[in-house]
This record gives sequence, C-alpha cells and structure tokens, in this order.
Amino acid sequence: MNYKDAGLRESEYISLKETLGREPNDLELRIMGVMWSEHCSYKSTRPLLKKLPKEGKYVVLGPGENAGIIDGGAGVGIAFKVESHNHPSAVAPYQGAATGVGGIIRDIIALGARPVASLDGLFFGSINSAVHDGVVKGVGGYGNCIGVPTIGGKTYYDPTYEGNPLVNAMNIGTVKVDKIVSSQTAKSGQAVVILGSKTGRDGIAGAAFASTELKDNTKESRPSIQIGDPFVEKLLTEACLEMRDAGLFVSMQDMGAAGILSSSSEVAAKSGVGMTIDFDKVPLRAEGMEPWEIALSESQERMLLIVEDAKMPEVFRIAEKWGLDATEIGRTEEGDHYRIYWKGKIAADVPATTIGSDCPVIPWPAERPDLESRWNKHVKIDAPEDAGKALLELLSDSNLHCKEDIYVQYDSMVQTNTIVGPGSPVCAFRVTESGRICAVSMEADPWGCELDPERATANLVARSCRVLSVAGAVPAGLTNCLNFPSPEKPQHFWVLSHSVEGMAAACKELDCPVVSGNVSLYNETSVTAILPTPLLGVVGMVEAPAILKSGCWNEGDLIFLAGINTPTLAASVYQRHFGHDFAGRPLPFDAQKEKAFNSGALAVAQAQTADSARPVIGGGLITAIAKEAIDAGIGAVLDAKDYTVEEFFGEGATVAVYAVPADKAAAFRACWDNVPVEQIGTVGGDCLKLGDTVLATIAELNKAFRS
Amino acid sequence: MKTAVVVFPGSNCDQDALKAAGALPGTEAAAVWHKDSSLPAGIDLVILPGGFSYGDYLRSGAMAANSAIMTAVKDFAAKGGLVLGICNGFQILTESRLLPGALMSNDCQHFVCKPVTLRVERNDLPFTLDYKKNEIVTIPIAHGEGRYFIDDEGLKRLEGQGCVAFRYCDASGTISPECNPNGALNNIAGITNERGNVLGLMPHPERYSEKLLGGDDGAKFWTSVKKWLEGGRR
Repeated sequence: MNYKDAGLRESEYISLKETLGREPNDLELRIMGVMWSEHCSYKSTRPLLKKLPKEGKYVVLGPGENAGIIDGGAGVGIAFKVESHNHPSAVAPYQGAATGVGGIIRDIIALGARPVASLDGLFFGSINSAVHDGVVKGVGGYGNCIGVPTIGGKTYYDPTYEGNPLVNAMNIGTVKVDKIVSSQTAKSGQAVVILGSKTGRDGIAGAAFASTELKDNTKESRPSIQIGDPFVEKLLTEACLEMRDAGLFVSMQDMGAAGILSSSSEVAAKSGVGMTIDFDKVPLRAEGMEPWEIALSESQERMLLIVEDAKMPEVFRIAEKWGLDATEIGRTEEGDHYRIYWKGKIAADVPATTIGSDCPVIPWPAERPDLESRWNKHVKIDAPEDAGKALLELLSDSNLHCKEDIYVQYDSMVQTNTIVGPGSPVCAFRVTESGRICAVSMEADPWGCELDPERATANLVARSCRVLSVAGAVPAGLTNCLNFPSPEKPQHFWVLSHSVEGMAAACKELDCPVVSGNVSLYNETSVTAILPTPLLGVVGMVEAPAILKSGCWNEGDLIFLAGINTPTLAASVYQRHFGHDFAGRPLPFDAQKEKAFNSGALAVAQAQTADSARPVIGGGLITAIAKEAIDAGIGAVLDAKDYTVEEFFGEGATVAVYAVPADKAAAFRACWDNVPVEQIGTVGGDCLKLGDTVLATIAELNKAFRS
Repeated sequence: MKTAVVVFPGSNCDQDALKAAGALPGTEAAAVWHKDSSLPAGIDLVILPGGFSYGDYLRSGAMAANSAIMTAVKDFAAKGGLVLGICNGFQILTESRLLPGALMSNDCQHFVCKPVTLRVERNDLPFTLDYKKNEIVTIPIAHGEGRYFIDDEGLKRLEGQGCVAFRYCDASGTISPECNPNGALNNIAGITNERGNVLGLMPHPERYSEKLLGGDDGAKFWTSVKKWLEGGRR
C-alpha cells in the first residue's frame, strides 16, 4: 500500500519511517493515515488552540481529557463539550445527527459523569429539506430514547450550508469531583476491556472521511456512516455509572473516531504505558473482518475500560446485569510499544506516543482576504416604509422565526431538572447533587465572522457572556466547535486563525476560559464553502437567588433599555433579509464596556429588581421587545421617539431590554454603575405601540413569529 | 405510602418518578428491577415509569409486558393494589392487558414534548382525589406513540363505564381536535380499569410536581394517593 492511499502526506510518511526505523507495513500505514488525519490529530490547529486561555476560578479540569469540567458547587463538577458531526449528517442526516448526539454523550460518560442535558447547534441551507427533517428527527430519536433532555440550542439558515449542513452536539454531565474518571491513569499489567456493542463494518475510517471536502457523489461515503442504537447507549450509561460507583475503573475512554485504535492508543500514550491488543478477542458482528477494519471501525456504543484483574469479575457481573458484552481484549505493559496481534502474530507495532501525539503540525500558509471591499460595500435595502410591517416580515425570517417545530420533537424535560427549556436566550437546569442552577448559552454569528472574523468572534464571546449575565449567571467556562472550510486554502486559514485570535482575546478579557472543544475543517462541497462558523457553548453558574427569565412581562411594568444602543446593520438579519446580502464591518470588541454591562446585569438579577429581561441580539431592539411581548402575551407602549433604522433593527450593541415593576425602578437604576439606563416604554395592552402609532397587535406578532 | 418504581432496561423516567412519589413527608419510594419476580413487602403503589423499555423495539411496551416483574404486578393489581403507568408505563399496561386499547403513533408522525391542558374526568380515583371534577390542569407530554385507540365496542364500554380519567382540552376545558396533540380517540389522555386501581396516562405528572420546573399540577397525584391510603377515600 502507498502512503498516499492511506491518507498520509510525504513528510508524515518520512517522519513515521524514521520513528520506526523501517518501512511501515500496510496495517501501520492505514492506522497512521487515520490517526494523523485532521479529525484525530488537530495538526492544522494545534498551535492556534494553544492561544486560548484555559485557567479560571471555576475550572476543575481544562482541555486534554474527553471534556472540560467546571465547579458546580458542593463538590460537584459540571462536564461539558460540543462536537461536530457535519459530514456524516450531510450523507445520512438521521444517523449522522443521532450518532453525533450519542458520540458526545459518551465523551461525558468517559469522565464518569452522568449526562444531564444536551444542546444542538444546527446550520442548514433551507427549512424544507430532507436533510433538515432527518437531522431533527435524528437528534430527537437518540436523545429522547436515551433520556437526556435537549434543553436548548440554536438553528441558523444560510445557502452556504446547502450540501454541507452543520450538526454540533453539546452535552453536559455532572460528576462528584472525587469520582472523576481519567483516560490518563492506566498502569502496566492491567486488563484492557471493551464494553458494549460488538464491532462491525459500520463507520470504517469516518475520521478520514471528516478530514476532506465532501464529494459530489456522497453515496461513495456511505461505508463511513455509523449506525446508532440509543437503547444500548442507555444501558451502557447505567452500566458505566454503576461500575464507577463500585470503583472498578483505573481509566476509561469512549470509542469515537477511529474506534478501538484511537481509544486504546490514546490511553496508552497519555498514561505512559505500552499496550497489546489481540484482535482475535474482539467480539465482531460481521464475518471476515480485516485487522484494519477492526482497528478503525466506528461501531457505536462501545467504551474502553482499564481494569485491575481483581475487579474483573465485578465488571462482568454488572455488564451482564445490563445485558452488555464485556471482553478483555488486551493488556497494558511496561514501555511504549503499542502492538496489535492478529491470528497469533504481531500485525502492527508502533510507539503509542507516535500514534497519539507525535503527528507533525502543518503550518498552512495564510493570506488575508480582501475584507475592505466588503466593509465598504453598500447593500441596498428595500424594506417597507412602515416599521411595523418590517418587524412582522422580519419575525417570519427563518433565522428569527420561532423554532418550536424543531424543539417540540425533543424531550426537553426528562430528568426533571429543566428550569428554562428551549425557546429562550439561555437555557437552565438544576444540578441535582448540589441544588445549584446552571445556565447555558449557545451562540454563533457566521455572517459577522465572514466580514471580520476577529471582531465577530470576540463579540460572540461577549454576547455569550452577556446573555448569561442578564440571566444572573456568571460565565464559568466555554466549549467551542470551530466549523470552517478547508485550511489548505490560504484565505480560509487566515480567517480561521483570526477567528481564534478574537476568541482568545475576548475569553481572556472576560474571564471565560476554554475548557473543551472540537475542530471541524473541510466543510465545503465542489459548489461552495461554508461561512466561517465558530459555535460557542458557555456554561454559567447562577449566583443570584433565582434565574432572571425572559418573556415574563407584567401589566404596568416599566420597560428599560440598559446599555448604549449604537448598533450596526452590518451582517444583521435586517440587512440580510431586506438587502439579500451582507456587508459592512462588525463593531469592535470593547472589553471595558462588556465588563461594566455584565456587572450591572448580574446586580439586577442579584437584587431581583426586574420581572423579565432579554438581551438584544438578532433583529435588534424592536425584535427583542416584540419577542418579550409574544412570550408574555401582553403588549407595550414605547415612548414616542424617532428611532433610526439602526437603533430599531441594528445588532451588536451591548444592550438588553428589562421589564421592571414601577416600585423597583429606583433600585433597578441603582444596579447600573456607569452604564446608561433609559426608560423607553410601559408594558400593557394588546398592541405594540410607538407613541400613538400601532406597530402590530400581539395577534399579528404571534402569527408572524409562530406560523 | 410506599411506592415501587419498576426499572426496565431503557426506562428513563424511573428516577423522576422516584423523586416525585417520594417527596412528601411520610412517603418512600424505591426502585424494583424488572428481573425480580416479586414486589417488596408492604408496597402501596407500583409505578411503571416512562422511557423506551427495551428500546421500544417490536412495539412500545410489548417486551416489558412479558418481563418477570409484570407477573407480580398483575397479581398485585388483581388484589386491588394501586398501579400507575406513565407514558411508556401506560403502553406496558395496555400491552399486558391490565388496561384495554393500544397506543399508536401520533397522527403528526413525530415525537411531541410540551405542556398540555387536561380535563379531569374522574376525581374519585385513588390517584385523583385531590383534583376537582372537570378541573383543567397543565401537565407535559413527551411521546411519539400516544394516540389512544380501541375498537368501537371497546370505546363504548370504556366511555359507558366512565373509565376515561383525563382528556386533552383547551384552556377553557373544551374538548376539540385542535387541542388533541396526538389524535387520540375522544381526546383520551388517560384511562382507568373498572375497579379504579389501575391508571394509565400519557402525560407525565412527575414532571410538573414542583413549581420550579414550570408547574405543579401533577403533584396532586401523590397527595391523592397518600390521602386515599390514609383512609380519605370517597
């Protein structure tokens, strides 16, 4: 076999040959082709990711394990991570999305945590498509059955996702800090155990598939698709947690990309031990599987356990209780050799560290695209003269429209801890073990990132922290999914690099450490590349006595605008909807402004001076007010004022809309030190009015938003 | 009040039921494994929880209905013991013929999770003492197969004997197709047996048993059973 056919670059092949001191055999070439793929090795992004801050006062466990963990109070850790399953979802929407959910849940289980909440970030070309339908059904089909509530998420639409949809699945779990399981603690002389499903021919080399552009004929990629069985994963979850409670694990690793090979070699490399795996012992579901197929199969619902011999009988007993296979397939040993046996002979012998971590970094050339021409471009906007009509039309835009048709298909309440479910700016759940409330945001702005990746990504971090602060939660840690096109094109790599720069800067300024993440490159077809799409999930701890919700207006409440409302139409929904294009430059990230705002917002939640709050995001100020009115089912009268189009519909300003009972107005104002606060209207009636002018009735707003 | 919650492989609302049914002072709730052949001594209430028992493969509830513990549950019910089946538990009750009819795929052809309004048709059952007759309550549903179905004759008998315990309704209590989330016959959300000791329903009372989670209309299930056991039966 040629190294190129295995997916290796010439420099990688030479490096491998030097390490081995001989020619690698075919199995070794195939193994290294997958393990040094972009998906497994992060060879294009490792130097970039080093720039992200990892330290923070809430951080219990930063990057390096299967997920990051923050402090959830009372000795409970909150583990979370987001991961992409983009290419599989393009080819087989239902299974791609379902196994994306299943895969990230196993990452959380691998830490010894119980999965307690999921979120999903979905990006489609259009609503009415088989891909849309399949992905939504897949997310629900897996999550509903396994009994992990899908409590929130985001869905965005843009033509560039046609043919290359993005499916980013985030999972959150809870674990007592003293029960956290590591993938780096194996010692020599222990059993290597595979728990769960048998190994088959599904998902062979999916990691390599994820590391190139999508082909026009996606049928050829079908063998790379994994098939999920959430019922088995539910059993696997319970079995693993029971084994955790019984203290049976030395170490654990989920089987995701590159299956047995990746999970076992990672444990060996990170733990600093050698390992032998005997492929004759692996329970197979297909006959005549070749060793490379066994090594690289991505059959779902399998975990790799490292167990002391004395504890093996108990592992077998619990596995049997849950009706799962548990099989010893290898041993850890002294040294650094990672060996695969097949039919009694050594079939591969590579240093574990080479497989796991020695992949040479690729310094892709970067070239700055012509951003100025987009900053200076004028987008002609044909919006209705009437602001009310424009608002109604905007609410029906797929990017602003109610997503209930999607989230009604997800069980958002199982486990009875969901306090704020889907359809709000943030979602929130109760941490069973500590009684604390954890709020979660998920945000993306691909259009802004296309115009100015550094500013827009920094602003995205700011926005994520802001929505949490408004709810009364202190941002504790961030997970990201970096969805970008091929890094091999210099302009794409420049955009990726600058997006990460922006993220790193804002995360440092706002004390929001990055504790986990995932990179998905090569998101392009022969027709188009996707917009640069970093997606952020931020977890915050509610430090206020209660979470401050949205959509809870009461008759007679005063409406306040907190912050300085000087937004831009650049990349806004208004510009894209009425101008059919986007241009201009996103606003610069202003750390001082953000910090001052967040501290005021947290003070409001702490003092409980507001009934309801909503950060101004997509669709601008008037859309935020309209959504509050729709959710509360009450109208409002805004004080007569000449709002500019920017002030009404622009985005990117650090502002939020509050509904405050009249008797708390003074206390509310006192919460905002140096942040301007302005009363702009009053809650009441069944219309949204600007002075005497009716912009729309509640019924009209509802219809535009929901139907 | 001692409650046993049966755990089948694939049950996923067992912990929620344990939490809700064991929250009141003087109540305790414990899990029972599906392979057990008997219920613990002194049990007052058996809950068959929601979830996807056996992955809902074959038919929802069909395999669970044949598990070892169900023989004991049937005996318990035959002696007048209280049995409550929620969602997948309701499906298990119909599959084991403890209740008549069947739960079929929602007419919208997809899973639906949302709070719905229900009209209380029977408030003389051990599970519903604390509700008022015709009270309108909000309790969430979460299912893909909740369309109650029974043949014409069975439906006549069910309605004739007043065995419908809950119906989907609108906010004013009106029963109409618009407020039927799954296409169930006669908007049926929950039914009881003639004796009134076995109740199955698709909505999840355990999910709306505390205000923090959005509502507590479901909490009256637990206070009702407690009151009934303490001799407050009507």
